[in-house]
Amino acid sequence: MAVGLTEDTTPGWRQDSLEDLEAGLLLEAVHRHYGFDFRQYSPASLRRRLNKRMVDEDLGSLSQLQDRILHDEAVMERLLLDLSINVTAMFRDPGFYAAFRQHVVPLLRTYPYFRVWHAGCSTGEEVYSMAILLHEEGLLDRARIYATDMNEAVLDRARSGIFPVDQMKAHTTNYVRAGGTAAFSDYYLAKYDGALFHRWLTDNVVFARHNLATDGPFNEFHVVVCRNVMIYFDSNLQGRVHDLFHDSLVRRGTLALGAKESMRFTAREEHYDILDQQWKLYRKRT
Amino acid sequence: MTRDVDTRDENREIVCIGASWGGLDALRVLLAGIPASFPMPICIVQHRGDENDVELLIEFLSKVTELSVEEPEDKQPLRPGSVYVAPAGYHLMVNSGYTALSVEDRVRYSRPSIDVLFESAASSHGRHVTAIVLTGANDDGARGAQAVHRAGGTVLVQDPDTSERSEMPRATIATGVADMVLPLEQLADELVRRSAEART
Ligand SMILES: C[S@@+](CC[C@H](N)C(=O)[O-])C[C@H]1O[C@@H](n2cnc3c(N)ncnc32)[C@H](O)[C@@H]1O
Repeated sequence: MAVGLTEDTTPGWRQDSLEDLEAGLLLEAVHRHYGFDFRQYSPASLRRRLNKRMVDEDLGSLSQLQDRILHDEAVMERLLLDLSINVTAMFRDPGFYAAFRQHVVPLLRTYPYFRVWHAGCSTGEEVYSMAILLHEEGLLDRARIYATDMNEAVLDRARSGIFPVDQMKAHTTNYVRAGGTAAFSDYYLAKYDGALFHRWLTDNVVFARHNLATDGPFNEFHVVVCRNVMIYFDSNLQGRVHDLFHDSLVRRGTLALGAKESMRFTAREEHYDILDQQWKLYRKRT
Repeated sequence: MTRDVDTRDENREIVCIGASWGGLDALRVLLAGIPASFPMPICIVQHRGDENDVELLIEFLSKVTELSVEEPEDKQPLRPGSVYVAPAGYHLMVNSGYTALSVEDRVRYSRPSIDVLFESAASSHGRHVTAIVLTGANDDGARGAQAVHRAGGTVLVQDPDTSERSEMPRATIATGVADMVLPLEQLADELVRRSAEART
């Protein structure tokens, strides 16, 4: 279904706006030629990001941008980076990690072995944070963590385990607020302008490409963490991804969303119990 | 190419307010003058120094207005007579009657940014947007106000002389898109008057 082209489209695109028509055609072209499907992303952010790419490429319309994208892969790569808003941090929302320790860790202790899926993990800060938390709770050996993103470039950075050293101060503050029990600097070596995190943290982590808009379930999980990813999707695509997570979770499995995302307004609401309202931790009903 | 009566969400009226330095007081006066029966949703971006005290801001505003004030979640339907204050650290955008939050980069040092809110409203709600620029010491809102103007919406600006800091109102006025420049005390009345007009 093409956005902006017919009456019966994804919510939120204006029928009477030329820019929205051009945006719809561009997304259709990107999908057909490159396979990336942004047609069900939330128009509010998309308009901004497409506009940014247009301005940065020195172009005057989205139609011109479409032409450039189709004929120059480098422009597509830059667009992909723009669209996949990769902003992240270690122990982002410290309260979330504290709530995870309180509500989810006790359940994880009852499993001899469990699997965690970080969907939309970006450059990996969230994954290293979780590995550190599980290590401190004595659970890292029992965990297998799958960290996925649609964008290979950010996964490469996540695999490297190297993060900008100038961010360590902010990460350390978050770590302490999140209930960290050691010294944050125990987990990395500072070298030049990079902080290299210890390899053993990711011994049980698999980084892999997975696109929530187009790929299906690939394993069964005890915990699915998907934070600040679905806010970029429209409600149809959010529905698809919620189905995917529900199918991927074991009975009584935990779903973690971003602080301002919620199950309210989704069709899956009755399929979960609320573990923590503020930090958006949900447990799949049996 | 006009349509018959259009009840789609993006064609509903919406008010977007941007405030920075001195905004607390200005918002207090403005919201206190708007009755509970006000027929449009109101979205607010207030720059905050501290990242974590939006709750306090909401508590404070709830005490001075009959409107219901809340911190929205993502994709929340916008209700008339309700006030939505951008959460700390998120851009607040609107799209066809719903909120859309984003953690993308700060826009000229701000997240939330007034420009981001205004621009989203302009592309989605077009001429049905009323944007208000209140007191502040930077130029956030000026670009967004231009987008609102281009889309056929209305731009109201707090009179710089009644503003604790006049830079932000002045920046918008300088772009030439202000439909009216009003003393703080008259902004609420103007909004109420316009909403009555929009209904008839
Ligand atoms: C703002 S980051 C969130 C990072 C991290 N989860 C956090 O909360 O800090 C959003 C990530 O979602 C990814 N993403 C966007 N659309 C996706 C899709 N369809 N499938 C998988 N990942 C996607 C982007 O590439 C980006 O890395």
